[in-house]
Amino acid sequence: MPRRAKLGLQIGAVCVIALLLGLLGWRLAANAEGRNVAAAADDGERPPAPELILPLLGGDGEIDLASYRGQVVVVNFWASWCVPCRNEAPLLEEASQRWGDRGVAFLGVNAQDFLGDARAFVERYQITYPNVHDGPGETLGRFGITGFPETYFVDAEGRIVSRVPAEIDAEALEANIRLALSP
Amino acid sequence: MTRAVLVALAVALLLAAPALASEQSPTLAELEGEVTCPTCKTTLELSDSPIAERMREFISERIAAGDTKTQIKDALVDQFGEAVLNAPPKSGFNLIAWVLPLAGLVAAAGVVGALAWRWTRGTGRAAPGDPPGEPSGRLDPELERRLDEELARFDG
Repeated sequence: MPRRAKLGLQIGAVCVIALLLGLLGWRLAANAEGRNVAAAADDGERPPAPELILPLLGGDGEIDLASYRGQVVVVNFWASWCVPCRNEAPLLEEASQRWGDRGVAFLGVNAQDFLGDARAFVERYQITYPNVHDGPGETLGRFGITGFPETYFVDAEGRIVSRVPAEIDAEALEANIRLALSP
Repeated sequence: MTRAVLVALAVALLLAAPALASEQSPTLAELEGEVTCPTCKTTLELSDSPIAERMREFISERIAAGDTKTQIKDALVDQFGEAVLNAPPKSGFNLIAWVLPLAGLVAAAGVVGALAWRWTRGTGRAAPGDPPGEPSGRLDPELERRLDEELARFDG
């Protein structure tokens, strides 16, 4: 084999391996980002909330979490097949109405779920705050979500103040909203 | 020649028939092995998570409604994205996942073939008087003498 062709083949092989390693690194880094966000929030570091732009569950249009800047946002990740999500749904709806005129918004993120099931869930529990849909669950990794339900509290500057990685109760909901409202 | 073509056609039909039947009338068991549970990242057949149960229910409903395998898979991809399929679709960027291993095999076969050809070409030593660069089929006289001795010893 001519030396130039051999060199070309070797360079090609090295490029393919570098590309595959790059893809692997990128994938690992993307997952690590979510874990870091969750860990930083748990340590009280207030990391910036990752990007979240998703289509509305109930109709046309989409919601960007960044558009809530200036308001505290309670971001609840849920799925219709998750029993604790059903348990906490009435509490979240009631709290959204109570806190709505005090600068606190609620946003539901339905993920890894059938769209029809998710819509039926919203109707069944008469949820009035906006909900978005992420069928493949692509945003979950960015936030470090490990299961459903999980609730994140985002302050007016778009930073994650705290999170509750379980079914939330009234006490925890109240305390975390107050924490997010505090400077 | 005609007989060979007929045999090839018959074999092709025999191979295509089960695939066609599976496409037109898929079973839950088949699809359970081809679809991934989005939360546990294993095939549906290995998962008993709530979403896996719900997906089984959905697939059974679609089979009862007479959907083909492709239609059911497309509906699941609409809901959960392409990651719901165990094997990537054979189109667009995903084609790389199918073509790359095949190309790798072909390339590896090519390299092995080239090396084998080179080795077989290079084994013969040129004897005095052979044209330069041409391998000879004759052995080195010294090697030939030793080989004869060894063979004689073996026979004796």
